[in-house]
Amino acid sequence: MNESQSGARDIVLRLDRITKRFGPLIANDEISMELKRGEVVALLGENGAGKTTLMNILFGHYLADEGSVEVFGQPLAPGNPRAALQAGVGMVHQHFTLADNLSVIDNICLGTEGLFSYRSGRAAAKTKVESLSRDFGLTVDPLAHIGSLTVGERQRVEILKALYRDAKILILDEPTAVLTPQETDALFDTLRKAIARGLTIVFISHKLNEVMAIADRCIVLRHGKVVGEVETAKTDRVALAEMMVGGTVTMPKAEYREAGHPAFSLMSVSVPNNGVAPGLKGVSIDLCSGQILGLAGVSGNGQAAIADLVSGLGFPAVGKIHIESRPVEEWSPRAAINAGIARIPEDRQKTGTIADFNLMENAVLEAYFRPQFSWRGWMNWKSAESFAKSIIQKYDVRCPGPQARIRLLSGGNMQKLILGRVLEHNPNIIIANQPVRGLDVGAIAYVHSQLIAARDAGAAILLVSEDLDEIQSLSDVIHVVFEGRLSPAFKRGSKTAAELGLWMAGHGFADQNHAA
Amino acid sequence: MVLRIKTMRLEPVVNPSLARRLGFPAAALAATIAVASLLAMLAGSNPFATLGLIVKGAAGSRFALLETLNRATPLIFTGLSAAVAFRAKLWNIGAEAQLYAGAIVAVLLGSGAVGWPLVLPLSTALAMLAGALVLLGPVLLKTRLGVDEVVTTLLFNFIMLLTVSWLLEAPLKDPAGMGWPKSWPLIAEARLPRIVSGLRLHWGFGVAVIAAIVVWIIQTRTTLGFEMRAVGQNQHAARYAGMPVNVVLIKTALLSGGLAALAGWSEVAGLKGHLSLDLSPGFGYTGIIVAMLALLHPIGVVFTALFVAGVFVGSDAMSRAANVPTYIADMLLATALLFMVLAILLTKVRIVRK
Amino acid sequence: MSDLIDILVSATFWAAVIRIASPLIFATMGELICERAGVLNLGIEGIMVIGAFTGWMAVYQGLPLWGGVAVAMAAGMVFGLLHAVLTVPFGLSQHVVGLGITLLAASASSFCYRLMLPEVTSPPKIEPFQPLDIWFLSDIPFFGPALFSQTALTYAAFAVAIITFWVLFRTPLGLAVRAVGENPAAVEAQGLSVTGLRMGAVIIGSGLMAVGGTFLTLSAFSSFFFEMVNGRGWICIALVVFGAWGPGKAVFGAILFAAFDALQIRMQQTSIGVDIPYQFFLMAPYVLSILALILMSRRAEVPAALMTPYNKGER
Repeated sequence: MNESQSGARDIVLRLDRITKRFGPLIANDEISMELKRGEVVALLGENGAGKTTLMNILFGHYLADEGSVEVFGQPLAPGNPRAALQAGVGMVHQHFTLADNLSVIDNICLGTEGLFSYRSGRAAAKTKVESLSRDFGLTVDPLAHIGSLTVGERQRVEILKALYRDAKILILDEPTAVLTPQETDALFDTLRKAIARGLTIVFISHKLNEVMAIADRCIVLRHGKVVGEVETAKTDRVALAEMMVGGTVTMPKAEYREAGHPAFSLMSVSVPNNGVAPGLKGVSIDLCSGQILGLAGVSGNGQAAIADLVSGLGFPAVGKIHIESRPVEEWSPRAAINAGIARIPEDRQKTGTIADFNLMENAVLEAYFRPQFSWRGWMNWKSAESFAKSIIQKYDVRCPGPQARIRLLSGGNMQKLILGRVLEHNPNIIIANQPVRGLDVGAIAYVHSQLIAARDAGAAILLVSEDLDEIQSLSDVIHVVFEGRLSPAFKRGSKTAAELGLWMAGHGFADQNHAA
Repeated sequence: MVLRIKTMRLEPVVNPSLARRLGFPAAALAATIAVASLLAMLAGSNPFATLGLIVKGAAGSRFALLETLNRATPLIFTGLSAAVAFRAKLWNIGAEAQLYAGAIVAVLLGSGAVGWPLVLPLSTALAMLAGALVLLGPVLLKTRLGVDEVVTTLLFNFIMLLTVSWLLEAPLKDPAGMGWPKSWPLIAEARLPRIVSGLRLHWGFGVAVIAAIVVWIIQTRTTLGFEMRAVGQNQHAARYAGMPVNVVLIKTALLSGGLAALAGWSEVAGLKGHLSLDLSPGFGYTGIIVAMLALLHPIGVVFTALFVAGVFVGSDAMSRAANVPTYIADMLLATALLFMVLAILLTKVRIVRK
Repeated sequence: MSDLIDILVSATFWAAVIRIASPLIFATMGELICERAGVLNLGIEGIMVIGAFTGWMAVYQGLPLWGGVAVAMAAGMVFGLLHAVLTVPFGLSQHVVGLGITLLAASASSFCYRLMLPEVTSPPKIEPFQPLDIWFLSDIPFFGPALFSQTALTYAAFAVAIITFWVLFRTPLGLAVRAVGENPAAVEAQGLSVTGLRMGAVIIGSGLMAVGGTFLTLSAFSSFFFEMVNGRGWICIALVVFGAWGPGKAVFGAILFAAFDALQIRMQQTSIGVDIPYQFFLMAPYVLSILALILMSRRAEVPAALMTPYNKGER
């Protein structure tokens, strides 16, 4: 930005041969990079490439095994977030680090005052936060409780936290993953204002179009190593994608398919709000055989409630569930399993599997009661083991064997086991909730191809995702969910991403209300 | 020290070596013995002599060994009770109350109202039922209202002890007790016979060992055992997988409460022949240590119960000979518990710089 | 019925209520601080015992009364440190460690008691804290004898409650403690030490529990018995829940609870009381605690990270 001040003084951050190992895994392998004042550097790479680990080292969450960090020419004390904050490094974590029971201002001031003061000063802090909000376009009520804020607002608080501490270097870890396209644009406006004030930004992402839009320079990581460094102006998406993946991976393509009969329906279903997530207000969905129905929306708008209803965890307070056009009276996870619903949960580590159980036990976790695996309360472990072995082979689960604890597996292999255990029972209905979150490109392609194959075999699939690209590339029909309400069904290709983004921000819904 | 701790992180060890898996528990045992020696020295005794006296008192003679086996019997039951409950992450700290429930049933059925051959099977079954019912309250409060069971089961111990105190002064009072608060004696048919005639070891010990085997089979071979382990490891995933979590917790509670009740039942029917307020010197609480030292393994419980009983019996004998208070046993076991949970953790994780 | 009214309007009754509430307030504040920081401290029962014992023994050995309080507090903090090391950096089960601490502290008290007084059949008495009149306040009719004729340690209990409230809700330290019990990652990301805050909270909290314990020996009973704490620690855990993790409500709960306790003692001597076995009166505190837990079960706002250990940068 500032051509006259060239040379070493412009270097605000220098990472020198950073290496970090987690047991046998090398997460960062001799990574070096330099950042100049006022630039936006995108740190690109697949899940597991080492981006987040590197930034956690910079911010002091981890200690590097080797290498050093310099900020503004001064060596940064390792392993100490406080030192990083004081040196002017701010980080917006992917999983927000906010205390829900405190107000916005309390979260921002946390740790900024001497701990042993007999009281905390808030008046000056409030003024400063308000002026920062104005200057950077980060509107949020400083006295609101975090628990009552939307995802977008929480991200603004995270950015305010860094700005309040006069951060000079701002790290954003996958900041757009949870935003609508329009919110992303607003975030980019904020970032441009920050650059204009001389801040330097590290933007971690794997979304290439966003990187192209905001970054001056891209640094690409793969398997913990820097594999490329290019100026954004001199490259394109295809070249970056190949650098990230280390070759070309063909993503499976789905052609539009006409709907079959409705296999699973929600009929004007309402669910009360549980205090954390909004409930549902008169939602009707038909999952039709041979189709993928994509449910788009900003996280926390009712996707969880819909997924719970299909999975059997929830029951409609008002309205009905129909399976094959027959109303359902008893509804529970067990009933859903018995109705032939294959369930791929949002969180494969906390919901889908039991970490300290072995693969065999996890393979029969939701089927152990079937005659195949037990008889009058006695487990048939032999049959369970052969079932697990067949999944391991058929779905290419890389593991030491059926007796290995599942916590040792990578996310992709864990997901393959979950896919295998539900698809082996030839389901008519599938709910796939964020099925590829955190997976690398190869695993994503595999999961998507399995879903498409299941659809082509006649299954009715509900795909829930916050990633609009994923929704658009797989779905035959798309609904957008906003504050517990559902948009009309949009046929594949009938809406652009920007139009869907407006729906995700609730725009179309207002019209509906006026009409009603 | 706090500064050093600030930069540590625990990293799972993927395949812990044998040395690691044995070394840390051995170190915990050594540390416990070191503490014992220190306590003995504090009391002005020679640590080696003290430890020697404890071992001798626990296993040095046929009498000592039988005493240890007798003392282990209620501890196997309460240890199994804790092991079953903790495996499902049901924090039943109320084994003391359930124990007394079993004891009360043994006294009621030992009044002579029911005779041979029905009385023993009936009192076994009803004692288990009574213990199960005592735990049913707290567990229903947990599953229905989300009330934490740790505190409720603890509080029930006090309520039960006062109930027993009242029972011994009125309804169950021994008319020939000369004002001493104890119950009427059990009729001979309601007493547990000795395993070998002439040896002071009753069948309660046999029932305890059988119970351990039954629990082990339930845990490893049945769907209920699978559900209990799943609920304990990850309740959320178990519910998602369609397991009836609350039903599993209730079944676990019934089993756990029933096992604890057998401790009181066997003490009354096998050893004492009557109920008094000093029936249990904290067997319910000690059962937690027994279960934890056994890593919640039901067969392991039998062995840790023998060890714990040996420490108690040996310390009693030792304190009669040396000037070390018998409370050294409780201190040792509490120390062993804390060292052992730490050692077990360290077999699974290593401390690294963060 | 008139018996009941007579009891409720007597100043000595309310003086007893405040006296009974005092140790509970100390220990409840201690537990509340631990839980606000995200650590359930089941060591409370044993820590109260060790506090009761060490404070009393120190005074018996010739220390002044406040010296006894300091010794008790230090002993509590030592056990708190042990609890904190095991549960915070090592992240061990707070249930198991807490119960282990309770067993260890209680048995250590018994062991040391026997060691130091091998021959004694009934425990020796010390000269306890005496009621302290406060200026003119003690002369106010009814309220004077009820509230302002207490021992210094009772006044200290209420001071501790006020300080706990102020620190938790009005200072940066309290903000950090409340945040670490809700989301430790938030605290770490702002450059504070999760380990330090949690360990500090457990150590200070344990110190207060021990002072609650020594209230029993130095202010209430002037002697030490093995069973004297008698479940008070567990009752304090129930009081924290009843108070919805707020100091003010917890103090209210402690007073309410003490009122019932004082009432049951007096009811035993009334015409209604003589027909009912005394054991049922003694049960009242425990039954009440369970009722309090049931009452608050749906409403309580549990600190979100309570009982969740934090492993730095967990992957």
